[in-house]
Amino acid sequence: MRRISTKTVIQAVRDLAISANLELGKDVIHAFEEALEKEISPSGKAILAQLIDNAQIAREEKIPICQDTGLVTIFVDLGQEVSIVGGDFKAALEEGIREGYSKGFLRKSVCHPFTRKNTGDNTPLIAHIEIVPGDKLKICVVPKGGGSENMSRVFMLPPSAGWQGVKEHVVRTVNEAGPNPCPPTIVGVGIGGNFEQSAFLSKKALLRPLGSRNSNPELDQMEKELLEEINKTGIGPQGLGGRITSLGAHIIMMPCHIASLPLGINIQCHASRHMEVTL
Amino acid sequence: MKEFSSDRIIELKTPLSIEDIINLRSGNRISISGYIYTARDTAHKRLMELIKSDRELPFPLKGQVIYYVGPSPAPPGRVIGSAGPTTSYRMDPYTPKLLEMGLKGMIGKGRRSDAVREAMVRYRAIYMAATGGAGALISRAVRESTTVAYEDLGPEAVRRLKVERFPAIVVNDILGNDLYEKGQKQYQILS
Ligand code: SF4
Repeated sequence: MRRISTKTVIQAVRDLAISANLELGKDVIHAFEEALEKEISPSGKAILAQLIDNAQIAREEKIPICQDTGLVTIFVDLGQEVSIVGGDFKAALEEGIREGYSKGFLRKSVCHPFTRKNTGDNTPLIAHIEIVPGDKLKICVVPKGGGSENMSRVFMLPPSAGWQGVKEHVVRTVNEAGPNPCPPTIVGVGIGGNFEQSAFLSKKALLRPLGSRNSNPELDQMEKELLEEINKTGIGPQGLGGRITSLGAHIIMMPCHIASLPLGINIQCHASRHMEVTL
Repeated sequence: MKEFSSDRIIELKTPLSIEDIINLRSGNRISISGYIYTARDTAHKRLMELIKSDRELPFPLKGQVIYYVGPSPAPPGRVIGSAGPTTSYRMDPYTPKLLEMGLKGMIGKGRRSDAVREAMVRYRAIYMAATGGAGALISRAVRESTTVAYEDLGPEAVRRLKVERFPAIVVNDILGNDLYEKGQKQYQILS
């Protein structure tokens, strides 16, 4: 067994929380640049140019890309030959977030559902822990704001709806969201599984680098079709009109029950922040 | 009536008078300088309670601009942290009353309710969009920040911000035009 201490985990999570909020991925910046070339609306162009500047200012001046530094989801791939020593693993993830949000001057955006009292340290977080072969520990920290998460949906479609039905629901969801999730967005789509799995897959789909192809040619084609439909809506950057409503549509699909067709749609704003490390 | 082209940037100084906004049209790009006030969900709720019980507000509303923002904490040496707009519809239930009391402008992101849009026409006020998620860029336009009320609310406290060349776009003008509607229609591809 390879031993990894909770102290190492805390440090890793703390650093990832800070860097995820300050440094936008190269793939996202590249997608902004491409969008700027393609966009024909003047306000859309102005906004895309602002987003490119914003990412640079955030990185250089070390302030968050967006003030909504989000509720944090952490995806963990825990090698089955790794032994976590020195304390509770989940508590270590929490401590990492607590330290990162305090040391990094990040906004604490977590509260009680009814009293709305802030928990004060941006915990708890949502952890998805998967046991995988090997002796490595991969941690991916994903801060996500409320604006885009609020526009996400799960639909339990009748099997007869088929791909056509899926497409219609995705486009309708994007249309209803309009300007609220800060377009240009990235649309994560989880098809199949069950109720919660479709939602989980739709979020996981967002982690694939923007501009990369789906390894399954059939899904790759479906993604292209979907993105084209989404960009016909005219919503555009910030919803003020334009041809670039989304920068990408990513699909993960798996088999489902013979009676269902679950569909998860996770809308991600342009501040698509995630940072990972393999220990 | 004079109309401005959409690519020229119009300078706007707060507080706003009716003359300042009468010629502004949905789609105009603007640059705001002067003092603006921050307020979001809970601050609005508290302002309404004060209004209902006829008590004095922590800042004057007449001719003022409210910015819907909950900034991230200011790191040492900075006036403010990241400071982009939050989604405006959550403030809709409180907004008509504030407009009636003389509020002239709001900065946020996302569509407003029909009631707010009607109140903007009736009381002659405008709604402007700042770029959501461009909090680092927008923070550069903020030169001073003073907490004027509700410090206990942390990021939701009411602050008076001195801004210089704060970038925004007019969404709703005093004639009732709406850029979210107009813009989407203009670029929609119907199949
Ligand atoms: S939707 Fe995203 S970019 Fe927009 S304010 Fe929220 S976190 Fe920031």
